[in-house]
Amino acid sequence: MPSVKIPRKSTDFDMTPFVDIAFLILSFFMLATKFKPPEPVEITTPNSVSSEPLPENDAVMITIDKNDKVYFSIFSEKDPGVFDQIIKDLNTQKNLNLTNQEMVNFRKTASVGVPFSSLKSLLGVAPDDQKNVNQPGIPVMDSATNELVWWISEAQSAFSGKALRYLIKGDAKSKYPTFEAVVSALKRNDQFKYNLVTAPEDVPANSALDVFNRTQPADAKK
Amino acid sequence: MASIDTGGGDSGHKKGPGVKKAKKLSTRVDMTPMVDLGFLLITFFIFTTTMSSPTTMDLNMPKDTNKDEELNKTKESGALTVLLGKGDQVYYYEGQLLPDASNFKQTTFKGIRDEIISKKKSVISAYRTDADCEAKAREKGRPVSDCAEQDFVVVIKPDKEATYKNTVDILDEMTINRVKRFAMVKILDVEQQLINVTEANAGIK
Repeated sequence: MPSVKIPRKSTDFDMTPFVDIAFLILSFFMLATKFKPPEPVEITTPNSVSSEPLPENDAVMITIDKNDKVYFSIFSEKDPGVFDQIIKDLNTQKNLNLTNQEMVNFRKTASVGVPFSSLKSLLGVAPDDQKNVNQPGIPVMDSATNELVWWISEAQSAFSGKALRYLIKGDAKSKYPTFEAVVSALKRNDQFKYNLVTAPEDVPANSALDVFNRTQPADAKK
Repeated sequence: MASIDTGGGDSGHKKGPGVKKAKKLSTRVDMTPMVDLGFLLITFFIFTTTMSSPTTMDLNMPKDTNKDEELNKTKESGALTVLLGKGDQVYYYEGQLLPDASNFKQTTFKGIRDEIISKKKSVISAYRTDADCEAKAREKGRPVSDCAEQDFVVVIKPDKEATYKNTVDILDEMTINRVKRFAMVKILDVEQQLINVTEANAGIK
């Protein structure tokens, strides 16, 4: 009987298209990536239909984490002098006895979540190690000891002449009274316009806003 | 057809004797390490990337005032009060809260949208032409139809147990349904007690 020979096929195949696609995806992700800035706490923001982008300069952000702790951070990349002015003013007004090195550390501090009494010990830690420091949050709940009022008024005077924006970034699980306390601290500084940081969400189909967006030209929405 | 003639084989001119054929080296490169590295980088970028950049929602709060003339008045017929409780529950009543609390109702975030829409519709249908308002609207170049819903106001009262997400959701609901007038107000004791009773009865934690 003649044996049937199975022809040997090469296991090699042309990988070029595969590689092409792989590198295409790679270049897409490289261009689309924007690295997260260091955050002391993980915040899951709620969703909203608003599509306004987040301002990244000349703003202060008040963060509320899921345990209702309040943190304060300043965005001022163009003018680091703002940081120096804020910390110098606080140092004299609150008698914090900060050293020069501690004041320099404030520039690189991502966010402050301690009462004034322990600000010195937080700033004594090198900025890179501050994320390991357990921060109890800025006291806000009692209106008599609402320290956020001070932070906001210092930021206001340091940013004077510029349009300062107030960002409130709350965790979805944080409770309403904390948010109310943060708002009241802002109100006591006569600030009534805020931006709430949210994640984008689709507009529900056929809702009033959806119909409005479809019928109005894009420039008339404001 | 689509292949390049490499000059091999017996096509073309014949080489004479003594002409040595140059040894052909393969132009193929083993691409496996490159692909490995490519995919390693892809996975790295996929994990580090934040695709949806955060957006912001504008919120304007009024100045606290005790002066009567600075307070915004609302018509009872056009008011819808929305109360936020724990466990993502929503409570609402139209107009004033009745003494026996019979108009105090419970719903969820899904149900509140329909309530807002139907209340808005009923306010618009109850509208009697307001010449003053329409004249002003024409002057400022705003649509006259805005006057029909001028009496519609949503009063938002989150309680102690409401989360920040609930607050943002209800503010978002105002944007979605294009409610022009809404206010965030401190909850009253009566309302808080009603919520507590309802929560205790329904076993909401």
